[in-house]
Amino acid sequence: MAPALKLVSPAPAETAQPAIEVAHLTKAFYDSEGDRVTLAVSDVSFSVAPGEFVCIVGPSGCGKTTVLRILADLEQTLSGTVALHSPTPPAMVFQEASVLPWLTVSENIAFPLSLKGVSRAAQDKRVGDLLALTGLADFAGARPHQLSGGMKQRVSVARALVDDRDILLMDEPFGALDEQTRLTLQQELLRIWETTGKTVVFITHSVDEALTLADRVLVMSPRPGTLVADLKVPFERPRDVVEMRRDKRFWDLTYEVWHLLASPARA
Amino acid sequence: MSAIPATLTEEELRRLKAPARRERWFRLASYFSPLLLLLLWEASSQLNLIDRRFFPAPSAIAETAWRMVLSFELFDHIGATLRRVGVGYAMGAVPGIVMGLILGLSRPTRRLLGPIFSALYPVPKIAILPLILLIFGVGDASKFVVIAIGAFFLMLYNTMSGVMQTPQIYMDVAKNAGASRLQTFRRIAFPAALPSIFTGLKLAAGSSYIIIAAAEFLGARSGVGFFIWASWQTFAVSRMFVGIVVISAMGYLTILALEALERRFVPWAKH
Repeated sequence: MAPALKLVSPAPAETAQPAIEVAHLTKAFYDSEGDRVTLAVSDVSFSVAPGEFVCIVGPSGCGKTTVLRILADLEQTLSGTVALHSPTPPAMVFQEASVLPWLTVSENIAFPLSLKGVSRAAQDKRVGDLLALTGLADFAGARPHQLSGGMKQRVSVARALVDDRDILLMDEPFGALDEQTRLTLQQELLRIWETTGKTVVFITHSVDEALTLADRVLVMSPRPGTLVADLKVPFERPRDVVEMRRDKRFWDLTYEVWHLLASPARA
Repeated sequence: MSAIPATLTEEELRRLKAPARRERWFRLASYFSPLLLLLLWEASSQLNLIDRRFFPAPSAIAETAWRMVLSFELFDHIGATLRRVGVGYAMGAVPGIVMGLILGLSRPTRRLLGPIFSALYPVPKIAILPLILLIFGVGDASKFVVIAIGAFFLMLYNTMSGVMQTPQIYMDVAKNAGASRLQTFRRIAFPAALPSIFTGLKLAAGSSYIIIAAAEFLGARSGVGFFIWASWQTFAVSRMFVGIVVISAMGYLTILALEALERRFVPWAKH
């Protein structure tokens, strides 16, 4: 296990303790064949408050997925520390099709519960709730190959929610979807987040998506990824993903983030 | 609801559907092309164009087969061969699958044990038959063992490659969901490898019949292989052909059965 990743039960404190604390995170990859070292992420520090929705936005290859995989304990840090103050490990929604092809939609959603020996009745009840929540009720017995890309990502989201963990890590979950499906799923994700109050770290390369969803947007530079800005998104909740585009502040912020993303290249 | 838009003419429709019609005709013809070969054989044999001592007419072979069915003579041999193939196949395939899963999942085990299996795999199974007869005697045990060895290696390599080709994302999903090592093994590696396992099962079935035929030639008093060999020794060519057809049919039916199982248990593989 990663020595730098600690699971700490939330301690009763007067000041609100962050759910996630990342300090001076650095990650490099070594290719032994070409004897090449690639610095992926350099000295990244940030924290996320409980119940906060944070988007990390940056160009492809800036190491934002690496940061998320380290939070999920799927990769180890080279240096720096990552602390999750949560009684449960984080749940991850992956970028690519991560739905298991040999299981039905229901079985995929139930997968984390089935590993823990939860009773069949309890599993069915919980899966039924999530099928309804994610709009998959008519597809309970379907196999993944019968589903569209959007449906598969709904299954991934439902699976990440099924055992009710406090922290949700989402790695460009809607990146491969068309614009309409993406808007629909963004709206549904907001609705789910507003009702469950989970802490969310959401990776995207879309400025538009980051501003639509997040309380805060962290902007990363191209490789080696560093944090170049930490912006507060002022829109009130609940949000309407279409209506908020009439707000001038949305476009001002879009301009600001684009400017930040473009400036390292101009420098 | 009509499937034909009103704007297409008869001629356009005919041209649109022509490739599909041609395809259907070819598929129909493909069922009958093997019969054509039999017909040609029958005619050449009847007309003495080929030597009837070596290639008796299919009708004569069919007649011999029918007499043997009526006398129940063949069924004992079929039973003996099926028992040897069945037991040996199971004895080899099950450990082969388990070993393949372990080697596929564990790089250290693969590094350590892989070279041993790589060194043993190329040995022709028939070449070690005398050694196995020496150790296990001329009874069924030696047949079980030689078939098991053949099936073991095919299952080992097919299962291992199936596990190693498992997309990393499925492993990540399992880890994030909190799967133990054993759960990852059972719930991810095994189903992910199932398509390759079935490829291995079909290859192993084919090789089992090759091995059992040769094994029964040499050291058996029953079985279809023994029957073919005994027929050759008495120059009963028709009977020999019956034996060849029977063992071919057994292999073919085994593969068909495995394909039916594959459709049942790996319904996602075709997609």
